[in-house]
Amino acid sequence: MAVNLKLSRITKTFPENGSLSQVPVLDNLDCIIESGQFFSIVGPSGCGKTTLLRIIAGLEKASEGQILLNGDAITDNDRRVGLVFQEFALFPWRTALQNIEIGLEINGVPKAERREEALKYVREFGLEGFENTFPKMLSGGMKQRVAIARTLISNPEVVLMDEPFGSLDSKSRIDMQNFLLDVWEQRKMTVVFVTHSVDEAVYLGDRVLVLGKRPSRIMETFDVEISRPRDRANPALLEMRERIFGLCARA
Amino acid sequence: MRGKRLIPPLVAIAVWQIITTVGGVPSYKLPSPLQVLGGLKDLAVVGLPPGHLLHTHALYSLKRVFLGYSLAVSVGIPLGIAVGWSRRVRFVVEPFIELLRPIPPLAWIPIAILWFGIGIKSAAFIIFLGAFFPILLNTSAGVLAVDPLLIEAMRTLNGKPRDIIFKVLIPGSIPSIITGMRIGVGLGWMTLVAAEFSGVKQGYGLGYMIMTARDIQRPDEILAGMFFIGVAGFVIDGSLRLLEKSLIKWR
Ligand SMILES: Nc1ncnc2c1ncn2[C@@H]1O[C@H](COP(=O)(O)OP(=O)(O)OP(=O)(O)O)[C@@H](O)[C@H]1O
Ligand SMILES: [Mg+2]
Repeated sequence: MAVNLKLSRITKTFPENGSLSQVPVLDNLDCIIESGQFFSIVGPSGCGKTTLLRIIAGLEKASEGQILLNGDAITDNDRRVGLVFQEFALFPWRTALQNIEIGLEINGVPKAERREEALKYVREFGLEGFENTFPKMLSGGMKQRVAIARTLISNPEVVLMDEPFGSLDSKSRIDMQNFLLDVWEQRKMTVVFVTHSVDEAVYLGDRVLVLGKRPSRIMETFDVEISRPRDRANPALLEMRERIFGLCARA
Repeated sequence: MRGKRLIPPLVAIAVWQIITTVGGVPSYKLPSPLQVLGGLKDLAVVGLPPGHLLHTHALYSLKRVFLGYSLAVSVGIPLGIAVGWSRRVRFVVEPFIELLRPIPPLAWIPIAILWFGIGIKSAAFIIFLGAFFPILLNTSAGVLAVDPLLIEAMRTLNGKPRDIIFKVLIPGSIPSIITGMRIGVGLGWMTLVAAEFSGVKQGYGLGYMIMTARDIQRPDEILAGMFFIGVAGFVIDGSLRLLEKSLIKWR
């Protein structure tokens, strides 16, 4: 498959509070993500997963290294890349529908047209009846769906997701995982999915990248060659999970 | 519930009526509520000086406030947004704010008269000064308090600086802007009456009216005028509160 995203020697350091020294967060990451791949990244809390996504999204500059998207350098706010924030980051003064359509709005799509498009997402994402609800009154799962729809409506090639289901209860988490797989299988965009749940990473991903403790290096990359729909109790899946746990325990 | 809230003021008015009729408080110091009501009627029907009716005084005052206040709103809000948005603008403007803000608006009266003469321009200028700083400061504080994550969300949605200003910073700081507008109109109204006391007058105006009532020893008309000024201020604030309610449904 075609290479979509190429990270070369990505290093990130942050200035330490109240001193001149730098704290290393990401250390020399190399990786290749293919077009249409579901790419999971797991790693312990604070290892720099969010930082990595922010760099790919162009919100943060890498201290060293470069990122190529289809062969050319990524720009500051690249239309080809969308990010779903860990904290949703919905605009509180906009209703669910208005949040979903904003990407089209700022790109000058006429009102009637963007409404229609946004309503398609409302239906697909099970948000009927909540079109005119403000984020404050939505449940966590619904906020997450609005956030994903808001990102997808502009058809980015690469969708970055930062622990999107971290705050959901286990039932809605499983529902959302399957829902996301459906959405992805229909559109086949590249997904870079950050999580600290090993189960989730293996169940969802074509590939799983395991990051170590800070400063993070790539510990190992796993290919999950199990066809979908997958059985969560699939022995191969469970075995991979054990190997990743073992890897983390050694770190 | 609503009715109950009226009980304390009604009791107070009754006590007031009793001490002024049978309690020995002389009416040239404190007229009774009924006398004040009579004063109000005189102001409205006979006028003070005769022929200068209450509603004309009120219209002149409102016109001055409207002029000064609209100026304060139309300069204060855009400047406040610029100060909140741009570090450079903040650097230039902030020292002037710090320098000018502690000067009470009324201290500007002499120089205002020198610049603009006695009349509506001076009055509007003084009201402008009273309303301008709270509007400016609340607006810039509101912009600075907008969650940076929402700005980043707009950037990842491919938002340009214009979108960040008009679709994130302004809607996000509306509550704060309206607070500033409410404080500003209150201060403008207070400043007006004081300005009308001290020479910025044209033969009409509520401040001028109650000063005239003092000159001719009509405490009932003084109190009636004060009461009217209070009610007018309350109505103005109430209409801004309605605006607030209709604009900030999302909170
Ligand atoms: N702007 C910043 N300035 C200084 N240090 C930062 C900054 N952003 C992140 N860090 C540090 O970098 C490290 C990695 O943070 P990051 O948020 O990327 O971790 P994470 O893997 O997403 O963690 P979590 O699983 O808790 O979300 C943390 O130690 C954090 O304190
Ligand atoms: Mg994170």
